[in-house]
Amino acid sequence: MSDLSVANTATSKAFDVKAIRQDFPILSQQVNGKPLVYLDNGASAQKPIAVLDAMDHYYREMHSNVHRGAHTLGDRATAAFEGARETVRSFLNARSTQEIIWTRGTTEAINLVANGLAPRLKAGDEILVSHMEHHANIVPWQMIAERTGAKVVPIQITPQGELDMESFNSLLNDRTRVLAITHASNVLGTINPVAEMVSQAKARGIITLLDGAQAVPHFQPDVQALDCDFYAFSSHKLFGPTGIGVLYGKTAMLEAMPPYQGGGEMIERVSFERTTWNVLPYKFEAGTPAIAEAVGLGAAIRYLNSFDREAMEAAEHALLERANQLVETVPGMTIIGTAKQKVPVMSFKIEGLHPSDIGTLLDQQGIAIRTGHHCAMPLMDFYGVPGTARASFAFYNTLDEVDQLFTALQKVQRLFT
Amino acid sequence: MAATEQDFLDNPLGKSTTLEDVLDGFEFLDDWEDRYAFIIDLGKQLPAFPDDARTEENYVHGCQSQVWLISYYDEASDKLYLLIDSDAMIVRGLAAMILVALNGKSPRDLLATDIDELFERLDLFRHISPTRGNGLRAMVGKIRDIAAAKTAG
Repeated sequence: MSDLSVANTATSKAFDVKAIRQDFPILSQQVNGKPLVYLDNGASAQKPIAVLDAMDHYYREMHSNVHRGAHTLGDRATAAFEGARETVRSFLNARSTQEIIWTRGTTEAINLVANGLAPRLKAGDEILVSHMEHHANIVPWQMIAERTGAKVVPIQITPQGELDMESFNSLLNDRTRVLAITHASNVLGTINPVAEMVSQAKARGIITLLDGAQAVPHFQPDVQALDCDFYAFSSHKLFGPTGIGVLYGKTAMLEAMPPYQGGGEMIERVSFERTTWNVLPYKFEAGTPAIAEAVGLGAAIRYLNSFDREAMEAAEHALLERANQLVETVPGMTIIGTAKQKVPVMSFKIEGLHPSDIGTLLDQQGIAIRTGHHCAMPLMDFYGVPGTARASFAFYNTLDEVDQLFTALQKVQRLFT
Repeated sequence: MAATEQDFLDNPLGKSTTLEDVLDGFEFLDDWEDRYAFIIDLGKQLPAFPDDARTEENYVHGCQSQVWLISYYDEASDKLYLLIDSDAMIVRGLAAMILVALNGKSPRDLLATDIDELFERLDLFRHISPTRGNGLRAMVGKIRDIAAAKTAG
């Protein structure tokens, strides 16, 4: 076996943020003459050397196409690629690697499921999403609804940015076919009570999909405990490369769906009379996959596994706590999304300032945040704002960086008054 | 309230506030804080924009914030007058810079103005993200289209 195959690190490293930052070369640069403070992790996270090295090593030592070469490199590439799939299986606690489908990201994963479920949907059926979804978990369903006559129905949220469970309960009905909700909100940070919701949906035979894009960078989901039918996430938000993501699906669900795309790899036998599909997971993986990216994602997960995840979560929580405490040092600043359970994401507005002004002037001070509608326009409408400014933290951020953000925000405010 | 001819003529940008004023004021500011404070102050000179002109037709696409632009052409003097509005203050300031260079000119003169050269002289792009640079170009593009339509007609 190659050294890229799965190997669980026996001991967890202590959580030392200074040492961790050394693992992320991009963080030690200057931007606009100031040390970079990267607080746009919710959009995309940075990559540790372990990921860069794994991909570099893959291309230098073992690249070849997977699953077909009658040669050593092909075997090595396949072992690394399938090893990464096993790493993901273990990360999600899926039963089998055949339940792990590589996609280009969360968006493609949701599109795959929406298209796969389309043959089962008919006019009058309802697809339940929520008001806090990313467009990636709204638009694919709308497109399928258009085709089938089904309807996309949003669960309401509370002003604090939590799902309104009364609304959820009242919307569940005999026409509900699919429940597709986010595990954690990209704008509000809210962690939704998905296990409870899935269980209620299951009782009614409703198919469930969880968008885990914003959840997995902060905690590890257990798809068996959640009991959802589908779980989707992206590699690039999980400290892995761009261009690859994961769809977990229960075997029976995946078996029942038609392929998403046709081409090589996904077939068992092709003839002009009759073409048959390959077995899972390959049935959903037409064409040469993103091999190096899969290897990179595997390395990212193994890197994360080398830490005490609880200590990591506690450190991230401390960042959010500090930020919450400092809000009062910026007059007119309000947090949007004050749910009890949150991943370390802080959307905010400052009275009289446009989010894009805030973003520009923070950038001048070396601080990277996201501004705009965050691909969640229905949510912006709910709060009556054109957009928000969003600082999203990762475990490599420091309390000092949080302090710098607020010092910089005070400076921004002074410039406008 | 609809925009009147007077609203356009009252716009100080390009009139009482001249390109020379801006160049003199801006060019030698090294510190980013001073440069942005200057841009924000300039934005405060944008005249009020008529509410009923915030329409899809007048909307400038390609900006991160919301931007609207209207024009009035005075045939007798062959001059094109412009009003711009945005909900973001830095964008208002950049819009004001554009108006200082282009407002109240004949369409022919406007089209002959090398706005990129102005931006380069102001070293604006170094301080402005590519996305915002695109927004600037979108505003200038819309103004040039309006001017081109006048010269064609």
